Amino acid sequence: MFTLTTLLELVLLLNFFVLGASRLRTAVNLVAVQGMLLGAAPLWLEHGPRVVLLSLGTMAVKGILIPRLLLYAMRDQTIGPEFRPAGGFIASLLLGAVGTGASLWFGGTLPLHNGEHSQLIVPASLATTFAGFVMLFTRVKTISQSLGYLVLENGVFIFGLLLIEAVPAMVEIGVLLDLIVAVFVMGIIIQHINRELDPLEVQHLSSLKE
Amino acid sequence: METAIHLLTVLLLPLVLRGVINKTKAAFAGRVGPPLLQPFYDVIRLAQKDSVISETTGWVFRAGPVVGLATVLLASLLAPFGRESAPVSFSGDVFLFVYLLALGRFFMAIASLDTGSAFEGMGVTRELTFSALAEPALFFGFLVMASLSRSLSLSEMLGESFGPQWQTSSASLVLVLVSWFIILLAENSRIPFDDPNTHLELTMIHEVIVLDHSGPALAMILYGASVKLLLFCSLIVQMLSPFDSGYALVDAGVFVVETLVLAAFIGVIESTMARLRMPDVPRLLVTACVLSAFGIILLPH
Amino acid sequence: MNLLMASIAMIAVSGLPGAVLDKRRLGGQFLATLFSAAGSICGLYAVGRWLAAGGQSDLRIPWTLVPGADFHVGLDGLSAAFLLPIFLISMLGSIYGQGYWRQSEHAENGRKLRLFYGLCAAGMASLVVARNSVVFLFGWEVMALGAFMLVATEDDQPSVAEAGWLYLVATHAATLTLFGLFGALWAICGTFDLPADGSKLAPAAANTVFVLALLGFGFKAGIMPLHVWLPSAHANAPSHVSALMSGVLIKMGVYGFLRVSSFLPEPPLWWGGLLLALGVVSGVIGLAFAVAQQDFKRLLAYSSIENIGIIFIATGLALLGRATHRADWVLLGMGGAVWHVWNHALFKALLFYCAGSVIHAVETREINLLGGLGKRMPWTAFCFVVGATAVCGLPPLNGFVSEFLIYVGLFGTLGIPDAGATLPAAALAAPGLALIGALAVACYATAMAGIFLGAPRSSRVEHAHEARWTMLAPMFALAGGCVFVGLAPGVVAPAIDPAIAAWTSAAPGGSELAAALIPLAERAPLGWLSALGLSLVAMLALGGVVLAARLRPRFVSSSVTWGCGYVAPTARMQYTSTSFSEILTGLFRWALGPRVNRPKIDELFPQSASFASSVPDSVLERVIRPGLNWIAERILWFRVFQQGNVRAYLFYMFAALVLLLIWPH
Repeated sequence: MFTLTTLLELVLLLNFFVLGASRLRTAVNLVAVQGMLLGAAPLWLEHGPRVVLLSLGTMAVKGILIPRLLLYAMRDQTIGPEFRPAGGFIASLLLGAVGTGASLWFGGTLPLHNGEHSQLIVPASLATTFAGFVMLFTRVKTISQSLGYLVLENGVFIFGLLLIEAVPAMVEIGVLLDLIVAVFVMGIIIQHINRELDPLEVQHLSSLKE
Repeated sequence: METAIHLLTVLLLPLVLRGVINKTKAAFAGRVGPPLLQPFYDVIRLAQKDSVISETTGWVFRAGPVVGLATVLLASLLAPFGRESAPVSFSGDVFLFVYLLALGRFFMAIASLDTGSAFEGMGVTRELTFSALAEPALFFGFLVMASLSRSLSLSEMLGESFGPQWQTSSASLVLVLVSWFIILLAENSRIPFDDPNTHLELTMIHEVIVLDHSGPALAMILYGASVKLLLFCSLIVQMLSPFDSGYALVDAGVFVVETLVLAAFIGVIESTMARLRMPDVPRLLVTACVLSAFGIILLPH
Repeated sequence: MNLLMASIAMIAVSGLPGAVLDKRRLGGQFLATLFSAAGSICGLYAVGRWLAAGGQSDLRIPWTLVPGADFHVGLDGLSAAFLLPIFLISMLGSIYGQGYWRQSEHAENGRKLRLFYGLCAAGMASLVVARNSVVFLFGWEVMALGAFMLVATEDDQPSVAEAGWLYLVATHAATLTLFGLFGALWAICGTFDLPADGSKLAPAAANTVFVLALLGFGFKAGIMPLHVWLPSAHANAPSHVSALMSGVLIKMGVYGFLRVSSFLPEPPLWWGGLLLALGVVSGVIGLAFAVAQQDFKRLLAYSSIENIGIIFIATGLALLGRATHRADWVLLGMGGAVWHVWNHALFKALLFYCAGSVIHAVETREINLLGGLGKRMPWTAFCFVVGATAVCGLPPLNGFVSEFLIYVGLFGTLGIPDAGATLPAAALAAPGLALIGALAVACYATAMAGIFLGAPRSSRVEHAHEARWTMLAPMFALAGGCVFVGLAPGVVAPAIDPAIAAWTSAAPGGSELAAALIPLAERAPLGWLSALGLSLVAMLALGGVVLAARLRPRFVSSSVTWGCGYVAPTARMQYTSTSFSEILTGLFRWALGPRVNRPKIDELFPQSASFASSVPDSVLERVIRPGLNWIAERILWFRVFQQGNVRAYLFYMFAALVLLLIWPH
């Protein structure tokens, strides 16, 4: 039975794959799959035509639109497909693992109600958020940082699933708006960075240091 | 009756005091000196002369002598002569007394600065600074007086017989006496603070403030300065006088005699001391402050 | 009460219509002045009506912004006493600004000025009527920020920008302390109400509250050593703003302190003693600084510090009266303090308006470039003489009356007129006050001389002209006020009694002390002061007539100033303001720290050399700046965290999140 719990377990697995992916393309595709899965998640919680439509929309944005934008940005750049995170892949993976384990433990101790649908919602949310953070501060290339931001958003989205019965429309609209803004920002930044810098490396953005 | 005596004293005595001082100084110098009533003749002569007024000046210059005289005359109504009360007396009149003199000083200062002369500037700077240092000494003394007489009126502080107080708090009173005498010399521009006979740059304080005044205005200033001298003398004489005969006329007579003796004493001081260097003047004034401050501290409570 | 709130609202929005109009349209200024004046008149009427007849004095609207704090405003004697100067000076300032800061001449910043002028005045009025810490702080911040915008009106000039910045730092230090103060009060007393219930305060807590209040309100009032922002702010602001700030804004610090100290229980003796000491020091050192200034608005600002010192002396006396249960001292101390607040508002605003008139004519603030303006600006000079006489506390004007009350009170600590508790040490403040008065005479005589008297020292004076009538009218009104209060103090005294009663009765157990208060007019011989003042005026008139008769043109010949035979005097021979202050600066060298740039002359025929001297503020230059620099150097180590690397910052965020999650466990 493909329950919500299974879906969330898949999402957690995908976190690891993204953390460990060495090719940018792979990472983008993995994040797209994660997005698609999460877009479908509301269907387990509520029923009705509205939910179906929203679900399809989320899947489209998270799973198709954004990854396409990223790939488009990558096509124009002279970015090598390989990238090496700070500390190496092993460190990222270990951090992700620690984070997931901690979230599973926290999920039990924090006074948060998981809802009757799945016990994994809170832990999965925390774990995905952590994974996104780890990507943010270990990844060197801007594109992969954007991916980290997307994973972070996914984690927040999972948490929003808890509120779906209480405040249904707001959560979705909020998340969608978030995504739209993030996409716009990312798009513009990537455009500008492309014009200013040659290799899209974060190290070059250190002019804030005194 | 007492008021009439008081007013007569204010009218006539100040210029006589000036004459006595000048005669004493002359005697010390082996000269005959000007007549005793010379200041009277000076005032009358000046009042009849025409004025020469600098074109730099405005209304402030002309107002100065008027304010100086009016304030000093009003203050004289507050000060007791002899054992009687002053014509005007109320609790707190000591503050009005001091501040009336300050008003006169302020207007004389701005009047003289109106001329735009460096001489007046020099005189005013010194005069205002030294008066500023003298005020606290005056007030410390008044604190002692007020504490002893339990009153804030000059007439009650200094009007009553001072015999008993000398017995109980003679230390404080001596200190206040010395301090007030120094203030008298300072405020009336006597040696060792200022030489009233010269206009030399080194000695100028009060004499130079009035440098540009002439004619009737100068007469007013001369008379006003003499009344101020009388007022300060009266402060000291009242402290020293132990008699109280009960008759207004006798007391007034005693007061006049004592004041003349004090004037002669001032003449002696002026003849035997040299003028202080300018930087030493603040030191002497601060000493006066300290003396009277100790006066209040030593007062038994 | 409703009328009062309406008038405050009217003043607040007075600048608004002008602000939305285009800067080239001149009608906005007139509208602002109209609204401001109308609001002030309504306010004055409301307060006057309350003082005369009592009436409804409380207004309470539930407000959910801060739990436990309603919008509670009320009017009592203390509030009424402070409202009067606010309304009067803000109205006169608007009228003055009509001539002084014309929209046609100051297109860039005129609208901003009028907008924040109204807001600042309204902020002050609201904090004075606040019965609740939250409303108080709201009004306080509106006032403080409004004043900042006013000070920085011409912030394209670097000195103005720096003055504004210094003011902002100081006022926020004050606000921070006040947050601490009101927070502590709320924690102990449980409510936000002002006046609070003082009986809940233990002695240690009361001491803390007192110190916090002294620091916070002292910053705003400008008592030394918390005065560092005052000189530059008042000097660089437009003159009618300086008048508002000096005349009213710093009194808000006094008001706050009075309000908080009113309900503190059983003050120990050291509170009053500390205030006496601070007052005397502020007065003397403030004037020492004032005399040494070459910028006449800085001189006036330092003189404000001196007057705040006098007010604190009076407040200290009142606190000592509360401590020793002497109603007499409380009466004279508080009476003197509130009266001096009014007096200072009157004559300091007058002096600043005169200063503004001078600046408008010659466009400089340097005394050393002026002189002889008395001939070209006779009315301004006359008003300055009145203001200077008043500020030195000379009879028969208003300054003398408040100083008289303070003197009587201080001498009363010796046990005069009746025997009772005595505190002779407090009487030592009286010679201090005398020194302050005499130094003020020196200061203002030299200021007067340097600006208005003598001969012009530079060519700037050539183009000077008298001020417009919109600038002269407020000056005459204030001068008339000084004369009136000085000659008829008995008329004004009954308006101060409610303030004294309100302050005394707010403390726990204060009602018995309040019952022992007699009206001020009975305690002090104000009638005698009136009589003697009028006789002085009569004698002056008589003397003036007599002298004028002898100074008719046929008895007078004109000449140049006598220079001991030197017949070609020039203006450069006059004493400059630096020369005037030389002796005093030398005597107070230990406090003033003058900086002198002397030329080194070591040859027989030296060529040109230059000499410069200045007296910067000691507390600012020798204590605060070096202190802050030292702290800044120590903190430099923390820059290691600022790598400029975006990923480092993201890591900090992550670490913070993890820390927050782990911490409860």
